[in-house]
Amino acid sequence: MQQIIYFFIRNKNSMVFAVLFIVSILLTIQTHNYHNDKFISSANYVTGGIFKFKNSLTDYIYLGTANEKLLEENLILRKRLEKFRDIAPLPALDTIALPKFDYLSATVINNNYSKTKNQITLDKGSADELEIDMGVISSHGLVGIVSDISKNYAMVQTILNTRSRINAKLKKSNHFGTLIWNTKDPNVVQLIDIPRIAKIEKGDTIITGGRSTIFPEGILIGVVQDYHSDKDDNYYYINVKLFNDMTSLQHVYLIKNNEAAEILQLEKGVDDAD
Amino acid sequence: MQTKEILINIARFVLLVFLQVFLLNNINLGGYINPYVYILFILLYPSDGNTTLLIFLSFLLGLSVDIFEDSGGVHAAACAFVAYIRPLVLKYSFGTSYEYNTINLKKSGATERILYVASIVFLHHFVMFALEIFSFGHTLLLLKSTLFSGIFTFVLILGSLIIFTKKTT
Repeated sequence: MQQIIYFFIRNKNSMVFAVLFIVSILLTIQTHNYHNDKFISSANYVTGGIFKFKNSLTDYIYLGTANEKLLEENLILRKRLEKFRDIAPLPALDTIALPKFDYLSATVINNNYSKTKNQITLDKGSADELEIDMGVISSHGLVGIVSDISKNYAMVQTILNTRSRINAKLKKSNHFGTLIWNTKDPNVVQLIDIPRIAKIEKGDTIITGGRSTIFPEGILIGVVQDYHSDKDDNYYYINVKLFNDMTSLQHVYLIKNNEAAEILQLEKGVDDAD
Repeated sequence: MQTKEILINIARFVLLVFLQVFLLNNINLGGYINPYVYILFILLYPSDGNTTLLIFLSFLLGLSVDIFEDSGGVHAAACAFVAYIRPLVLKYSFGTSYEYNTINLKKSGATERILYVASIVFLHHFVMFALEIFSFGHTLLLLKSTLFSGIFTFVLILGSLIIFTKKTT
């Protein structure tokens, strides 16, 4: 017995190190799992509060650019609205039929883009009707998907994340592919699995595909910067320059799909029947 | 450790975490190069202090940065690792004599100081980026990040050591 105690005392540094190292590895692996409750994240009460406080201080510096962005977006929406007014009177608000997609707004209080698995923190959570798997966009285009949520804060897995897979397509020819990120540049993402039959040119617009329950079809992503394909490969590898400046996100919109539950339940039912 | 020294270390801990989270994490030079100066706490911890305590404190230090950065436990693991290996690094940087007389990092010779700081910085960065990237497919990115961020951290740490050294005349 004494021997065992001596052994522990002699090797206490190694013991403490081994235990702490294993704990931190476990914490690291835990963050690699997509949405589950995490305590060690900036969405908890203390760190969320600190980030919110910091944001309230630095908000003023960006007010000018934020205003400009909002003005720009208002202008686009106004022009679009004007086109509709001539065609048909605005439909009366129907209380029974919900629109397919609902929009909420939030402010980014913490933004990462220099890592390989980037996430941003929002100042709203489950208390403000946010849910896991909601799509997140800004006035300039796609941002990411809500991956974790607490009462007052939410975490978003952005498109600048090696685990991110988002359905996207070419605007002009409707060829579908998957949007990934190769970690090299925070303003460039990659579109893969576009078949070689598709005709691509530099400057073509890439939009969301609408084949998931998260994003509606037609949200802007970016333009084709360059593309290539290996000789014996049937698919293109396309670099997409984002419309969004992922390094200066301030205000974002969240998309809620009111029919998501129904679609997922139906798909689940089909899977179970197989 | 004396009470004064304990208080200095606590203040250094808190100050470095806040400096790291609110200022240095936002630099992002060239998209991915960030200095991680908070490990100055581990470097400046007294060489005759309790190593077990240092390992534990370093773990907490790394974990604090992790919570703000949403990186799981990569900083905690890297910090615990360098704290554990620090006596070894001290031994080969300053020679075996370090066990008998306490080292004052601010007064020691340039070569020894550079060797000590560089070893700790690069070991820490390598472990941290390896855990963060966590894939063999990105080995080049791992080496690049370690090298560039490491150089950045190293320069800032040496600079702050020179600036904050009390002049003894």
